[in-house]
Amino acid sequence: MFKVMKTQSNPSLIGSRVPRSDARAKVCGTEKFIADYSLPGMLHVAVIRSPVPCGELRGSNRQYLETLPGVVATVFAEDIPGENCVPIVWRDMPALATGKAKYAGEPVGLIGAETAEAARRALAMAKLDIHPLQAVTDPEKARDNDALKVYGEDNVFSHLVIRRGNIEKAFAEAAAVVEGTYRTPYQEHAYLEPQGMLAIPEGDGSITVMGSMQCPFYVQSAVATVLGLPLAKVRVIQAATGGAFGGKEDVPSLVATQAALIAWKTGRPARLIYSREEDIISMSKRHPAVIHYRSAADSAGRLLAVEADYILDGGAYATLSPVVLWRSIVHSVGPYRCPNVKVDARAVATNRVPCGAFRGFGSPQILFAVECQMDQLAAKLGVEPAEIRRRNLLAVGDATATGQILKNSVGSLETLEKALAAAGVAPSKEAGEGRRAGRGMSTIFYGMGLGAGGVHLARTGATVQILQDGSAIFSVGTTEMGQGMRTVLGQIVAEELGIAFNCVHMTPTDTSRVPDSGPTVASRSTTMSGNALLRACAPLRETLLHVAAGILEAESANLVLTQGKVETRGTNPPRAVELQKVIDECFRRRECLASEGWYRTEGTTFDRATGQGDAYVAYAWATNIVDIEVDTETGVVEVMRIVAAHDVGRAVNLSGVEGQIEGGTVQGMGYALLEEILCQDGIIQNSEFGLYHIPTAEDAPKIEPIVVEKPFDGGPFGAKGFGEQPLMGIAPAIANAVADAIGIRFSELPITPERVLAALNSKTAI
Amino acid sequence: MSNLFDLAVTVNRVRYERAVEPHILLSDFLRHDIGLTGTHVGCEHGVCGACTVLFDGQPVRSCLLFAVQTHGHEVTTVEGLGTIDNLHPIQEAFHEAHGLQCGFCTPGILTTLVPFLEQNPNPSEAEIRAAISGNLCRCTGYQHIVDAVKLAAEKMRA
Ligand code: FES
Ligand code: FES
Repeated sequence: MFKVMKTQSNPSLIGSRVPRSDARAKVCGTEKFIADYSLPGMLHVAVIRSPVPCGELRGSNRQYLETLPGVVATVFAEDIPGENCVPIVWRDMPALATGKAKYAGEPVGLIGAETAEAARRALAMAKLDIHPLQAVTDPEKARDNDALKVYGEDNVFSHLVIRRGNIEKAFAEAAAVVEGTYRTPYQEHAYLEPQGMLAIPEGDGSITVMGSMQCPFYVQSAVATVLGLPLAKVRVIQAATGGAFGGKEDVPSLVATQAALIAWKTGRPARLIYSREEDIISMSKRHPAVIHYRSAADSAGRLLAVEADYILDGGAYATLSPVVLWRSIVHSVGPYRCPNVKVDARAVATNRVPCGAFRGFGSPQILFAVECQMDQLAAKLGVEPAEIRRRNLLAVGDATATGQILKNSVGSLETLEKALAAAGVAPSKEAGEGRRAGRGMSTIFYGMGLGAGGVHLARTGATVQILQDGSAIFSVGTTEMGQGMRTVLGQIVAEELGIAFNCVHMTPTDTSRVPDSGPTVASRSTTMSGNALLRACAPLRETLLHVAAGILEAESANLVLTQGKVETRGTNPPRAVELQKVIDECFRRRECLASEGWYRTEGTTFDRATGQGDAYVAYAWATNIVDIEVDTETGVVEVMRIVAAHDVGRAVNLSGVEGQIEGGTVQGMGYALLEEILCQDGIIQNSEFGLYHIPTAEDAPKIEPIVVEKPFDGGPFGAKGFGEQPLMGIAPAIANAVADAIGIRFSELPITPERVLAALNSKTAI
Repeated sequence: MSNLFDLAVTVNRVRYERAVEPHILLSDFLRHDIGLTGTHVGCEHGVCGACTVLFDGQPVRSCLLFAVQTHGHEVTTVEGLGTIDNLHPIQEAFHEAHGLQCGFCTPGILTTLVPFLEQNPNPSEAEIRAAISGNLCRCTGYQHIVDAVKLAAEKMRA
């Protein structure tokens, strides 16, 4: 075993590049993902899915399936012991379809078999008696009067607005008006680890569920609902999670019900690992959007008015659409001052796969429109793209589109100036034979945490315990999915308690260890769990200082806890006692060295009628500058370089922050240029990695991350949440660069070689 | 039931003899029959590279091979590179240089790199990117991976 070396110092842990605490296990292949767990007697689950986007369910050949070799049980909607519902924002989605299947890929039945192979074979033999019905497969037609109804009276899950100032007057008086219609596609998360869950009946009437997930408390609620159990009898433990990006926010609840239903029916552990194909056809995606956007500026280049009307395709069930829509409207004007705003945004229902959370959560779509519009306004007014942004960027004291006055931690302008300085002079447009170069930019912001839209969930718990040998364990309710939370929180605990970083250990996130802490989404884990941990550490520090005061015969107010020791302050020479001695003394005196912390965000507001309020406690800010080259023979857009400056408040782990910038930026590049789900008549056509392309190491450009730190007084050590932001502004920056290079503006993503060539040939964008 | 095949294969310098069904994939054999779960399966289509192992020293996708094809050969998985308290220099570099986030792609990338760095002790950035272009990573944007490979090359030259 790896031996823990107790180094007695943590020189400036906060802001360091300390290696990830999970890196050793991950480079050795010993980190356990859910597919790596297997138990004696464990069954394997396969899911029978609707082949059609809309159909009446009339029966199945389940009796026959149950006679097949290795098959132990099947489960259909009628067998569900509790409520047939996977609660997310609303309670409209069943665990297993009954009556009507509403999207192709919707789960209808479950097979539990002795081996994965037997489950697969039975699945191949499964037959549903399903009568296909007409389906709503075009989101732009979902609101037509004659459209079939997937949800409610009008196929609208949610309609949100912003009403601010008087746009008619502003448009009438404007010096420049720009208008466009923007279309953005589905984006598949393409986490490398497919979805998976393991459900274990415990024999005492309770059930344990382990798996790949972001939100154990969501999973707990779904399993309890479907099995008809009290929450107290459902324990959920997160296994190592191989990437998520929002794709393991809500849908793991569905996967967990599938494993849990077979476990409940058979009394045996049941594991379900999705194939890539079923993952792509049935799991959530980024909402496709259609956005009509009009902006107006005065002759000085000041943004006067914005009018936007847009839809997000929510798919067959509401899942997270109402809250995705909310984040999207809060970001609908970008990081700019704008006195007159009218926005109407709707999440519509279609017979397509339910869309949900994906890094940015509704904001990348609208920011694509916002930032393409800014460049066009600049061009109309004859000012540089950087200059129009400089003139409009929000600063302390300004009001956002929702009327929130910004009080502190606004690094917008600093990211702009630093990115511009780092980017230097733009390359010449002539980039050699058959190649044109261009530069594009975007400035964006990100409302950190759940904000007013998710205020009921904006709380987190944590526990910390110092053990006899001077090491410490901590537990939180948020999860590690690759983003680096475990490392950052370990740094915070180590720093607070003066304990060596490698002697601090995070236990797996487990609903039985911490109170319901809400989801791990909205870039909230560093700030929320960090704050809860600071609160948990505070009484421990107090105890340590109190006991040390006894040993040193000093006042505890005059003591400081640093680097493995407690020292007197203000005495010459300082007297000190080793932390281990203090801990020994605490144990001798039977002091309690375990503690809990609880944190909730306060002060966010939102008025649904006007869309006004203090939407988020704080914002992160960013500027991206992208250099590209277009091959005019092939239509390929090659990204040469991306400078990405992000105001993160305070970087707790500098390498971790850079990693978030690089990873998100490349996902944004995929969104801009490569990634496209082909959905024909409601059926996804490219359900494998060979056909859905994400960027490879050769596609990915050189990224120059710039970390700007405008501390946020409500975050641990000044940190703000920002993990989603790196993706959010890349697509418009690339579209702006393409327009710069070849003079053609693309208002639809992705900007594929076919689209570029077609546009070059006709000299207009399509 | 198909006929079982008597497979003898050396994995991470240990010889295994198992009766296996001929259609069992190498990835399933490694993960389920002999419990080496460090080899990850991301697509089962030969695209993502997460399942890469060394077959007589050369990187192969274990989801595209049948276990029986390794009969009489040597296979090395990530577990054969180093151990948690005695890392291989490539593992050490990925640990130090933040060459991973979720770590699901990592074993396949590490195994791909072993022969690459042995043959290219001082690779350029473009060569590194080409070498790992068959391994998808959705988390890192590859840059810290590239940095880690440079560091690994340095360590292996030393
Ligand atoms: S699992 Fe073998 S290449 Fe993806
Ligand atoms: S680190 Fe997550 S896929 Fe590479």
